[in-house]
Amino acid sequence: MNTPLIEFKNITKRFGSQMVLQNVNLQIYEGQVTTIIGLSGSGKSVLLKHIIGLLKPDEGTILFHGKPLTEMKKSEIAALLSRISYMFQGNALFDSLTVYDNIALPLRETTNLKKAEIHRRVMARIEQTELIEASHKYPSELSGGMQKRVALARALITDPQIVLFDEPTTGQDPVRKNAILSMIAQYQRKFNFTAIMVSHEIPDVYFISNRILALYDKTIVFQGTPEELGNFDHPFNDEVIHSLEGLQKELTGLYSKRNFKILNHVQLKRRESGESYCVAVFTLTNLDAIISSMGHDAAQEVIHSMGVYIDKHFGAIGGFSTRRKNNEFVTVLPFSDIGEAENIMNDFVKDFQEQGISDIWAEAQKQAPLGKCVDFTIQAGIAQGKPTAEIDPVIDSAKSQQKEIGRLQCAVGE
Amino acid sequence: MALTENNQKSSACEEKRRPGIFPAEPFTFIGEVVIGWIDGLGTATVFLFMALLKTFRPKQLSKIIQQIYYIGARSTTIIMLVSLFTGMVLGLQSYHALIKFGAVGGLGALVSLSLIRELGPVLTAIMITARAGSAITAEIGIQRISEQVDALHTMRIDPFRYLISPRITAAIISFPLLTAVFDFIGIIGGYVSGVALLGLNAGVYSHSIQSNVDMKDLTDGFIKATVFAVIVATVCCYQGYYVHTRKDSHGAKAVGLATTSAVVTSCVLILVSDYVVTSLLLI
Repeated sequence: MNTPLIEFKNITKRFGSQMVLQNVNLQIYEGQVTTIIGLSGSGKSVLLKHIIGLLKPDEGTILFHGKPLTEMKKSEIAALLSRISYMFQGNALFDSLTVYDNIALPLRETTNLKKAEIHRRVMARIEQTELIEASHKYPSELSGGMQKRVALARALITDPQIVLFDEPTTGQDPVRKNAILSMIAQYQRKFNFTAIMVSHEIPDVYFISNRILALYDKTIVFQGTPEELGNFDHPFNDEVIHSLEGLQKELTGLYSKRNFKILNHVQLKRRESGESYCVAVFTLTNLDAIISSMGHDAAQEVIHSMGVYIDKHFGAIGGFSTRRKNNEFVTVLPFSDIGEAENIMNDFVKDFQEQGISDIWAEAQKQAPLGKCVDFTIQAGIAQGKPTAEIDPVIDSAKSQQKEIGRLQCAVGE
Repeated sequence: MALTENNQKSSACEEKRRPGIFPAEPFTFIGEVVIGWIDGLGTATVFLFMALLKTFRPKQLSKIIQQIYYIGARSTTIIMLVSLFTGMVLGLQSYHALIKFGAVGGLGALVSLSLIRELGPVLTAIMITARAGSAITAEIGIQRISEQVDALHTMRIDPFRYLISPRITAAIISFPLLTAVFDFIGIIGGYVSGVALLGLNAGVYSHSIQSNVDMKDLTDGFIKATVFAVIVATVCCYQGYYVHTRKDSHGAKAVGLATTSAVVTSCVLILVSDYVVTSLLLI
């Protein structure tokens, strides 16, 4: 791999006699979303504050592009810090300034841009974060979710190359949490900054993170992809991941990936050899178009409603489901062969076309700007598997056989 | 490193505190308090100089004007009200005292010199401390505990330039101006009680002022006002800015205590420095 953008070597930090970080070693790579997970009070925010220079380590070295911070000139450090933005856990918005002024503040104070150019940039960010109606309000007049969006807009106004997010979803409802994470992922792709995030939101952060860093017992015990974390054999997995990851996902009400796997394993172990089961894979197309046209909240509402609808239908007949990717759901029908599964699916499709898709759309519209509409389709495929074999090839097979089961088409002029 | 030093210090203290021939505790306590004071004074002086240095940076003028409006213009009404009644009471008391000696003709001089030399700068400073100083401490303190000051750091906006410097500069400009307002309205107050209510001749009152008040009285008053401005603004900004380092409390309570502490310290320092400056000006 390339030289890390940021590297911690044996970082130790104490507050008085209390050791918070001990011999922390980590690497953060350019252009990725890296999420630091750990229990509350484990020192995640302290770690983040070292990156932006709000805290200095007692021992150890922080390197940027392989160069120690301590060997850099003042001007080099200033130039480096000018590329970093920080979104605070409590937002840290200026309560005596309006939303517009909060977002414009870094440009007004640190650049020589003309008033018109500042206005253009601020309004662009305000539009992107869906804050137009709130632009002249004060932070105390906004909901928690809107305040987060203001903080995000302010963090992104200077087009930073590195953005640090300190628990960006704290205190939000499940739809809003996922909307914020989705927004971070979208902006990261759009502006190609390096995102470093502190979060508790397991497994939701897995959908948007390239790398996960696990902070446990004052040090980093794991660095790797979300998939690799699943195979990580360490007390961290039992004590932290299990406690943070509920039995079911908050957003969709479906099983978490881990519990889905456990359930699948238990169910299939009971089956005798020769018996079969079926897997159905559902994919929502055009999620990005829904986000850009109707906003993150509406997109998350579509995912939420779809998860609830799938669970309601298949759960009633012994099936269990999980959300596999941002826009993909997997359902296992443990007691059905392909013939039965096709019948069940046909019933589902019939219900879905008659009622389901309109229900999903109605929920999404509650969160969307008036009159906005976007076409989207839902595809589904089924495949049969044997209990003795792994489930992943069966899922891939079901995916390859997907066909359209529902379509929402906007009326002309909408 | 810091921890080791602390351990060493505490073991050294333990050694000193061993029961012996001479009870050292009271002296240790006094020493700690004095060192704390000197340390605080040093930090506040550096704080003041840092803030003054940032005054001449670009983009400061609009912030200074905004603070002059907040500290100065919005204090005008209360200053006028207080000065009017101060002048009236001064006129009333002085009239009855002077009449016993047949020196009532000196009422104008007595009222105006008392106001210009002493009461104007001191009462103006105390009134602004109560109205704007406490608000400055609370505002900066809340910004500190809600991470707004840290947010400025992360946005590469110098908090000294953005928060502290405009307030101290605005105070230095506002205090002498408000003192002038206080002096003027106070003299009118003396006129109201002495001339309009008690019947002293208006010409005698104004002639007494004209012949006894000279330029040095005015400049001395303004020098005092400027000194008080520096003291009040520095103390109030300092208490708010370092509210998170208080050892006696945290959060909202710390902001409350810092505000009280800022007002009390400012008022005490106004009176102490008044004596010192007066002594120096009389040399």
